[in-house]
Amino acid sequence: MSSYNYRDIFWNGFWRQNTGLAQLLGLCPILAVSTSFINGVSLAIATILVMAMSNATVSLLRNLIPYEIRIPVFILIIAALVTVLDLTMNAWLHELYLVLGIFVPLITTNCIVLARVEAYAAKNPALPSAVDGAAMGVGLMLVLAILGGTREVLGTGHLFAGIEMIIPGAQAIQVLPADYPGFLFAILPPGAFIALACLIAAKNWYEARQKHAQLQEKIGGVPAHHHS
Amino acid sequence: MSEPTLPPLAPPTAFGLSVRTALTMLAFTMAFTALMAGTYLATRDTIDASAEQEKLRLINDILPPVSYDNALLRDAVTLDTAPELGLPKGATIWRARKGDAPVALVMEAVAPDGYSGKIRLVLAVMHDGSLGGVRVVEHRETPGLGDYIDPKKDKNKTAPWIGQFAALAGSDWKVRKDGGAIEYRAGATISARAVTNAVARAAAFARADQDRLFRQGVQP
Repeated sequence: MSSYNYRDIFWNGFWRQNTGLAQLLGLCPILAVSTSFINGVSLAIATILVMAMSNATVSLLRNLIPYEIRIPVFILIIAALVTVLDLTMNAWLHELYLVLGIFVPLITTNCIVLARVEAYAAKNPALPSAVDGAAMGVGLMLVLAILGGTREVLGTGHLFAGIEMIIPGAQAIQVLPADYPGFLFAILPPGAFIALACLIAAKNWYEARQKHAQLQEKIGGVPAHHHS
Repeated sequence: MSEPTLPPLAPPTAFGLSVRTALTMLAFTMAFTALMAGTYLATRDTIDASAEQEKLRLINDILPPVSYDNALLRDAVTLDTAPELGLPKGATIWRARKGDAPVALVMEAVAPDGYSGKIRLVLAVMHDGSLGGVRVVEHRETPGLGDYIDPKKDKNKTAPWIGQFAALAGSDWKVRKDGGAIEYRAGATISARAVTNAVARAAAFARADQDRLFRQGVQP
């Protein structure tokens, strides 16, 4: 058995193949839920749990699943795990459930879960699979936190609304002046598309710059008379 | 996962493969259904208890717990149909009493004509016809625009919009645009009007039928 580079797996999910910015999978929940920072991060936490669990389970069962019916079996496993998580949180983590509850069933519809199960967990052992799923979720959290925070500040002028549900006593922070009239457009769906597009553009710009720098370094290091 | 790499020694017939695949699917379905059923059974009591607590917490917002002394959630009357509440398929009304004297009727109502679909409400109508309070339980009104009907989303925390009803007489339960006394916010009349009209309908129903509603199913 080959050893797995967990740092590489994490970086892959967090940045290189980021769900929201590179794979562009699961945009529906991303756009719908990123109206505020707390909403976005809450959905991401629930997604991390579900993806780690479903990747690990499918990986453990991967030798029992016939190739021809793998997709229905994967969906069955994901839906069952989401149901179990939903019920368990409702019963024993009720405070958390009140915050994340509405997002958990939504995760079943997020195609990134099925995508990682099919692309990774079906071919790799349980631990790397779980790390891969969690890393994808953390990558999603990065996007949702930035997107949710930006839209919330632009739309309402404050940040962290709803934090009292997670940390009792904590309060939203007024970022912009109190008489800020609000910018509804940022909260509505078009605002989500435009903010996400800016984020993707920023990632591409950053990576293009890095590539360019690497290329220049390489060219600078190679003698000028190398073959064309 | 068994990817089709090497051909098996004796290739299975189509029938054999179908049966084997179907049985595998069946086994997975049964295993995971059992997992879900087990979780459901293990969590049911806890979830029911907290759902009941949540309902009580909501009711406490619209009806002070000191005003009644019966087990409110156990003292319910079920109606097969209640179009006045926007619930043609049946409704449950809870009855608050102190001693044996009627105090208030707590009911759910649905405003069918919100800006984006139904708005579910819960309200308490006192025995004297006044309104104990209203809360929005579920809605899909536009965030930042029509969602001020829900006091959790209302920017005015000291005097939320939904608080107006209790102080006004029933005849004024229309939005100002329609000749009533209920204020609304510019640009989002529809949400306020839907809630206001649903509250007025439900309260009128409760007032007209309250004797029957309080008596129904009670042993004399």
